[in-house]
Amino acid sequence: MSRQFNMRSLILSTGTTIILPLLLLFSLFLLLRGHNEPGGGFIGGLVAAAAIALKLFADDYPSAKSLLRVHPLQIVGVGLAIAALSSLPSLFVGENFFTAQWWTLYLPIFGPLKLSTPLFFDIGVYLCVIGTVLTAIFTLVEAEH
Amino acid sequence: MLYVVLSLFVLACFAPLLHRTFGRHSGNVFAILPAVLFAYFISYLPLISQGELITQRWLWFPGMNIHLSFLLDGLSVLFALLITGIGSFILLYANRYLAGHPALGRFFLFLLIFMGAMLGLVLSDNLITLFVFWELTTVSSFMLIGFNHEEAESRQKAHQGLMVTVIGGLALMTGFIMVGFAAGSYELSDILQQDLTAHTLYIPMIVLILLGAFTKSAQTPFHFWLPNAMAAPTPVSAYLHSATMVKAGIYLLARLQPTLGDSAAWMLTLSAVGAVTMLTGIVLASRATGVKKVLAYSTVMALGTLTMLLGLGTEKAALAAVTFLFAHALYKGALFMIAGILDHEAGIKDLLKASGLRHKMPKTCAVAIIAALSLAGVIPLFGFVAKELLLEAVLNGSHWQISLIIATVIANIFVVLVAALLAIKPWFGASLPTPKAAHDPGIAMLLGPTVLATLSLLFGLFPFIADKWLLQAAAKAVFGGEITTYLALWHGINLPLLLSVISLTCGLLLYSQWARWRQLTQGLERLSFLGPEALYNKMMAGLVAFAAWQTHVLQNGYLRNYLLTTIATMLLLVGWAMLRLDNFHLNLNFQDVKIQEATVFLILLVTILSAVLVKSFLAALALLGALGFAVALIYVFFSAVDVGITQVLVETITVLLLVLVLYRLPEFRKLSSNANRARDAIIAISSGAMITLLILLVTSARSMEGISSFFIEKSVPEGFGRNVVNVILVDFRALDTLGEIFVLALVAIGIYAMVHLRTGSKPVTNADKRLTSELKIAATSKGDAQ
Repeated sequence: MSRQFNMRSLILSTGTTIILPLLLLFSLFLLLRGHNEPGGGFIGGLVAAAAIALKLFADDYPSAKSLLRVHPLQIVGVGLAIAALSSLPSLFVGENFFTAQWWTLYLPIFGPLKLSTPLFFDIGVYLCVIGTVLTAIFTLVEAEH
Repeated sequence: MLYVVLSLFVLACFAPLLHRTFGRHSGNVFAILPAVLFAYFISYLPLISQGELITQRWLWFPGMNIHLSFLLDGLSVLFALLITGIGSFILLYANRYLAGHPALGRFFLFLLIFMGAMLGLVLSDNLITLFVFWELTTVSSFMLIGFNHEEAESRQKAHQGLMVTVIGGLALMTGFIMVGFAAGSYELSDILQQDLTAHTLYIPMIVLILLGAFTKSAQTPFHFWLPNAMAAPTPVSAYLHSATMVKAGIYLLARLQPTLGDSAAWMLTLSAVGAVTMLTGIVLASRATGVKKVLAYSTVMALGTLTMLLGLGTEKAALAAVTFLFAHALYKGALFMIAGILDHEAGIKDLLKASGLRHKMPKTCAVAIIAALSLAGVIPLFGFVAKELLLEAVLNGSHWQISLIIATVIANIFVVLVAALLAIKPWFGASLPTPKAAHDPGIAMLLGPTVLATLSLLFGLFPFIADKWLLQAAAKAVFGGEITTYLALWHGINLPLLLSVISLTCGLLLYSQWARWRQLTQGLERLSFLGPEALYNKMMAGLVAFAAWQTHVLQNGYLRNYLLTTIATMLLLVGWAMLRLDNFHLNLNFQDVKIQEATVFLILLVTILSAVLVKSFLAALALLGALGFAVALIYVFFSAVDVGITQVLVETITVLLLVLVLYRLPEFRKLSSNANRARDAIIAISSGAMITLLILLVTSARSMEGISSFFIEKSVPEGFGRNVVNVILVDFRALDTLGEIFVLALVAIGIYAMVHLRTGSKPVTNADKRLTSELKIAATSKGDAQ
């Protein structure tokens, strides 16, 4: 495996510096538009994970890992917690478990912003997917060293 | 009342954190909550004693008639007071007893969860809710009994208690469902209005419910787990075995008595099992020498007595049962805590080694004597009132008066012996050296037993207080009708009094011959291989052996065999079901196939055949990738854009993962024989054919409109989203998605643990070796999580 990482391509590496932020931004875009257009947490998560994997192939494992700052398993845990917690607000207004709740915030410049428990749930899915895919990839890479 | 129960669980969640804040005072702080709840329940007494019945309900699963509903009547308030009252003393006591224990925060967590579960159990008005709390007590008591989990013995005993009560719990659930079916409601307040004894399901119903209650309340032959549960720290034993856990079964029997109790089957079973348990417990108690063992076996005896009384089914018996239960909770709670004091302050666990401690521990000695006198049923303590009532109830019983009264008197004689062992043996006589310098404990540990013993004395002198405010209403709930008997200390000279005097005298005589009695009955120990515990151990060993065998057969460590087993099983089951289908017709219609669809189909066919036939990994991978993209194309054709995108992304990431493992695979060559390949081909082709057939069948046999139109219709008005797939995922079927991402998380942990454990040796095939490696996985993943 190490033979692959030694063949670092300058083009790919430079390209990644530009593409990576765009891909991550795109993944957020997919996540947020998901309720009305094709996209959503699962797809967004896969794109984000693929973006970080790109960094891994373009540069090396340590730089991909430092990009994340935390262990991917922690991301899985946080995502799971967010998704699970988003089921609770409905209980406080006396509705059934997991009933979607919607709130609209009126921001001064940007106009109305719709927030909802499904959105938070989708963010949880997003993080879970990123964490799981990256755990798999990172673990396999670590096994090489 | 929901908030009452919830408050304990909430406090439990924060217990470890608060323990860090309050340090060595944490238990005292926690004790405030149950004390407040105790006052709360006391405030209901004036209403309850007038026969009021309070119900509250919160909707939980309205569609299945399962509610968070609560019922407060005489019986539940009696239990609630014991749970919260003794509970707060236990917290004070445990705080001192376990002071400095590194896991004290966790201890309080489990204890408070247990308290909340127990309170929920006795307050529940809904059978299903009651069952949930019932199982919560089982689980939390498992944690408490196995609290010293570094010791193998502690683990094993906790496991035993768990297995016995869980098996009973399973039976109980089935029984509850039958009751709910027969009564048409899961609400106790509805069920108690009915008499189910004539229902066709009556016998299976009570067999299952009794199994649940008997295992929980340690009736013979399930009595063995209770003394073994003494592996728990003493505060736990004092709490679980005086007022709570083991009384849960008794509570259930008493609760259901008005509905299920009016039949010969119920009465005779309860009387017989109760009497046998009573005798078994007390004879074993008379032979034991460990302080806690003696108390544990005498608790078995008390539980047997209560079951027997419930089996009598008379008005007097109902009153006797609640009085005995109350008296027992008071003196047994005190005695257990004193056993803990003996251990903690003098290092004494065994009665044989204790003697002449009265000068060194005068206060403890005084409290112990009062509590033990109540146990023996000596006038003027509350235990006396309870025992007189017990004898009277048995004498006036509806059946088997002679044999039951003989059993009761024999049991009482031994009870006096046990009481004497606890009231005299450690305190009087020549002083023996103790492992620790013996002294009275501080107020925190002495407060509980002192208050409980004082109450025994108070209610003995003035039984009408307990009677008027508490026990009348409780007995009414058990009996299901008005109670006309009243408690009194002195009934004049009558037969029960005479029997009391006889048992006192005989008991004291027996005490003087205790050593000889133990010697005489030594033969009993040799019979223990026939006992239920030996049987239980054999059963467990058999279960483990069976599990090891079937794991060895089904999970032999080769992925190819797993796949083969799974697919072949599915093939057989689904194929068999399909063959039995009557109207087997397919609507095949190729007219509206479009040209691009046909093209993709051809591409699919070509790639799959090539993927099977090529002779290089890289080519096979590339072809599989192409296959995935072609499938994505199909999704797009049928306007499932989301699924198409997901498919493309998954294909991409799969390729990434495969690249990472590609170099680790052995070089491409033929490893299996032609016969094997033929077998695999047959299974693969037939399962593919079956799935195709199945899908065609399902789509052509659809009799009702699919649910998809519902989702499409409701997506915008109710889900506020135009992307139906996403609305289904995150709103309509969010619970499913939550389950799925949970699986994702498990997969991530699994991959991590598996790769990091990699031993690099040849594949393990032996079942034992695999077990150890699985344990290693658990250990690694746990270590990493920390």
